[in-house]
Amino acid sequence: MSLATFFEKLDRRWIFLAMGLLVLFPLLFPLALPLFVSSPVASFVKAVDSIPDGSKVLMSCDYDPSGIPEMVPMTRTALRHLLDKKCKVIITVLWNGGPGLVDKVVRKVVDEEYPDLKYGVDYVNLGYKAGDEAVMVLMGQGIVNAFPKDYRGSDTRSMPIMRGVRDYSSFPMLVNISSGYPGTKEWVQQVQARFHLPMVAGVTAVSAPEFYPYLQSGQLLGLLGGMAGAAEYEKARGEKGSATRGMDAQSLAHFFVAFCILLGNVVQWTKRRRAGA
Amino acid sequence: MKRELPLFLTAVIGIFMILSFFVPHQLVSVPADFLQQCAVIMVAFGYVLGGANVLRVNFDGIYKQKPGWIYKIVLVVALIATVVVGAVEGPGFLNPGTRSKWIYDNIYSNMSATMFALLAFFIASAAFRAFRIRTAEAGLLAVAALIVMLGRVPLSNALTGWLPEWARLQTVQEWIMEFPQNAAKRAILMGAALGVMATGLRVILGLERSYLSGED
Repeated sequence: MSLATFFEKLDRRWIFLAMGLLVLFPLLFPLALPLFVSSPVASFVKAVDSIPDGSKVLMSCDYDPSGIPEMVPMTRTALRHLLDKKCKVIITVLWNGGPGLVDKVVRKVVDEEYPDLKYGVDYVNLGYKAGDEAVMVLMGQGIVNAFPKDYRGSDTRSMPIMRGVRDYSSFPMLVNISSGYPGTKEWVQQVQARFHLPMVAGVTAVSAPEFYPYLQSGQLLGLLGGMAGAAEYEKARGEKGSATRGMDAQSLAHFFVAFCILLGNVVQWTKRRRAGA
Repeated sequence: MKRELPLFLTAVIGIFMILSFFVPHQLVSVPADFLQQCAVIMVAFGYVLGGANVLRVNFDGIYKQKPGWIYKIVLVVALIATVVVGAVEGPGFLNPGTRSKWIYDNIYSNMSATMFALLAFFIASAAFRAFRIRTAEAGLLAVAALIVMLGRVPLSNALTGWLPEWARLQTVQEWIMEFPQNAAKRAILMGAALGVMATGLRVILGLERSYLSGED
């Protein structure tokens, strides 16, 4: 049996096994590969740095557990970035599967690293509201109007953090972490374009190319693309989080997929040449 | 009347919502806000309707013992159990320590993440078996895809770090993303936006009626 025939008849479970081992190995034994901060990530950091200290910032976390490896590290780092600047963070979720996850991430960061901060005073999780783009537009007419209760069921009107918050004009910036619809595209189209709210976004790697036109036009002031973007953000902030650790595994996985593409084609070319001869 | 009334409502509300985008006067903005709130409430009702529909379809499948009916039982039991537990716990059902939170953290969250994680394995298998370079265009696509895929990860930094900066994979990848990819994406976005506008106009004018009952 020739090598080409061997690979052609290769059971795909061997490919699964190789992929599994390549992902597992660097997670157990980190390779500490060098990371460089790309310009969209540097712009993200610069934009968040430009927010006046102590401002109230809107952060929309639009994802569910399927996006944990990419979205959660971005959320953690962005939240730390804002809290380090003494910003008051108002969090919303537009994905029905996301509120529990976002609440867990926020609680963990605040409880472990900022124990002095008070819920409802320094940060609040307004939770989920059904309606996608309609909620975004509704928030433009009044944030409290759109979210009369927070995630924990408390009245938002009585919260100190919500005092003085009317609509999007109350925020210097929107930080959006999103893994699909509704997400960054809808925030740009419904809110940035209409209410002129400056915004930065963290998105999945697979959807990042879609947002480069918005980045180039200035509608997005910065962009984190996938786990790589999250890892670069961690590096820019001097953190070593789960995205940085995950990049070693992703590196090997990407190289393996590239190897599979090349090998698959070499096998096909060999087969066609033989059939032609 | 069964068809004319929805068409009339669609046309009036559609024109009104477009108007509200350009006219900030309260004569327009107040009713527009009301309509937005109605939309939010209707979406919430959509979840109730969706849940009822899932139950109807799956009860039917179980009753008639259609293929895979045993899995439909799992779905129905899981759906009802989750809703009942949430309803019993009332407001704050997702706070730490509740049973709903346990279901979310230990069942839903893990299963959802697992489904997505399986993609890596199937992408590798598909890359080996399905990504065939048969034409020059496919070759160009493959080269661009390989550069971007490899240039996005730090291993490429380690491998091409000795090259001059313009020749490194990360630099080439950034150039592809910022120029050729961006130009193509922008054209697609503009085309899609024009398509959406045309479809919206067709809906408002009553030319597009498929949303009513499946007719064209």
